[in-house]
Amino acid sequence: MTVTLAPATTEAHTPHPSTPPASTARRRRWRPGLLAAGAYLILLVVAAVWPAVLAPGDPLAADPLGVLEAPSAAHWLGTDHLGRDVWTRVVHGAGHSLTIGVAATAIAVTGGVLLGLLAGLTHRLADETLSRAFDAISAFPILLLALLFIAVAGPGTVSLIIAIGVATLPHHARVVRGQTLLVRRAAYVEEAVTFGLSRPRLVARHVLPNVIGPVPVLAVIGLGEAIMIAAGLSFLGMGPQPPSPEWGAMLSEGRNYLQVAWWITVLPGVAVTATVVALTVVGRHWQTRFDGRQR
Amino acid sequence: MFSSPLRAAARRLAAGLVVLWAAATAAYLALLVAPGDTVDTIVGDGADTPQIRAEIIAEWSLDRPAVVQYLDYLRRLAGGDLGRSYLLQRPVVEVIGEQLAPTLTLALAAAGLGVLLAVVLAVATAGNRRPWLRRASSGAELLLVSTPPFLIGIVLLSVLSFRFGLFPVSGDRGVGALVLPAVTLALPIAGLLAQVLRDGLDRALDEPFVLTARSRGVRERTVLLRHALRHALLPAVTLAGWLFGILLGGAVIVEQVFGRPGLGQVTLTAVTGKDMPVVLAVVTLSAAVYVAVNTIADLTYLLVDPRLRRS
Repeated sequence: MTVTLAPATTEAHTPHPSTPPASTARRRRWRPGLLAAGAYLILLVVAAVWPAVLAPGDPLAADPLGVLEAPSAAHWLGTDHLGRDVWTRVVHGAGHSLTIGVAATAIAVTGGVLLGLLAGLTHRLADETLSRAFDAISAFPILLLALLFIAVAGPGTVSLIIAIGVATLPHHARVVRGQTLLVRRAAYVEEAVTFGLSRPRLVARHVLPNVIGPVPVLAVIGLGEAIMIAAGLSFLGMGPQPPSPEWGAMLSEGRNYLQVAWWITVLPGVAVTATVVALTVVGRHWQTRFDGRQR
Repeated sequence: MFSSPLRAAARRLAAGLVVLWAAATAAYLALLVAPGDTVDTIVGDGADTPQIRAEIIAEWSLDRPAVVQYLDYLRRLAGGDLGRSYLLQRPVVEVIGEQLAPTLTLALAAAGLGVLLAVVLAVATAGNRRPWLRRASSGAELLLVSTPPFLIGIVLLSVLSFRFGLFPVSGDRGVGALVLPAVTLALPIAGLLAQVLRDGLDRALDEPFVLTARSRGVRERTVLLRHALRHALLPAVTLAGWLFGILLGGAVIVEQVFGRPGLGQVTLTAVTGKDMPVVLAVVTLSAAVYVAVNTIADLTYLLVDPRLRRS
């Protein structure tokens, strides 16, 4: 079998010695990093659901008299080459990035859980076929697989979502398959079989709840990854098209003015980075707690 | 005892081939379901008459059943023929071959730099000797892994090229033009590899053989570099395939940021122009290299760790 160890995130189900035991984790209650990450994520959700609270202006309103203005009291993050307020655009862009990320992760997780269960529960031939299919999909670098999909379906938000969802699906499927193989041998499952439970009921009531454990953690960390890939693809011009205030697209637009107005480009980039960092911090924290509970 | 490692190696090679075939087929399926007419793409903005269309269909054998075309595609692929570009009207092998060198240079430079940086970071911070350094390093690694490569590139570009004029802004002339793209691509790799390596080092330092070495009076640096690092490097080898994917995907973006020629430009042009033979070739090739890298990594494992030869 081809060994494919996905980076960092696979550690979700393999607790290792270097993570502190639950007791020390509980003692250090004051975690400024975790708090900051949580606060940022709440802000992000507000920006995505109700951007007018944070930035009442219109993200598309151009002002020919105020182009490329440096950050000031009137324009917190300056203005871009069309005189649009960068802060307003960054805030309104949160919705785009988050929607793409959440939708892609939803595809990856739902597909991953279903296919992983299928591979883990059916007989060997199906398992072998599915596992090879996961291997084949993982053989493509994610960005290139997404580009192949976009070449076929054309650029745009929906293409991005499906491409990223499919490309990250095998990872979830593998984890769920591994868990399923463990759970199906457990005593309580064999007992349920003895009691004559129907197959769908067995899977829904006894297998799924015990398999699903590591999935939410993987999904949180995967969400960060999805947002980053999406930003990269729209930076390449494959995502939402201008003038839509998507972070990657904003970066790409501002690139020509880098020498005179760094804020157009750098600030949306910082928003992407902060989002990924915050999601990773929260995800890892959750993961250590999960590992602690499993022990 | 002799046949079992050989059989394990053969099984890994066969698995690699199956994955490769599946990847090529998946890529071909994508082509089949592509909306829009292939003939339209090939005609492009050129003269469009029924006669020209008929010639195109005959030349690209588009009139044959999909299954026949698929088998033909596999046969040509096995022979190293990647087809002809719709847009450039040239063999894809030529198109890709011309642009391979700059991308390969960039990828190798970035990989070397990234691995070096990761080893230094991991060795310096393993074993909890300097907690503050370790914490700072973990923070930096998290930041590097979470920052999109294009942002790293843009920041480096605006500070070092625009502000201080240390490096050229774009192009691929000379070594100077390679520095920033290579650093941009190397930093995320270093961030993740360092985390994996330090985990491995920490685990190795808990092993009895480290205690033995220490009790023999071996210096701490020797313990780290000679004894623990070897064990820590093994899990990192598993990441080779992943590393390759990051390098290739990252190269597409980094080449765009720095205006470098290479496979990235070829791929983007092909994706935008729906030049499917080129897109298909790049994607299939990348999968092939990924499988090759992983199979080699697996076989190295078999060589190094006899325990894996069973099962």
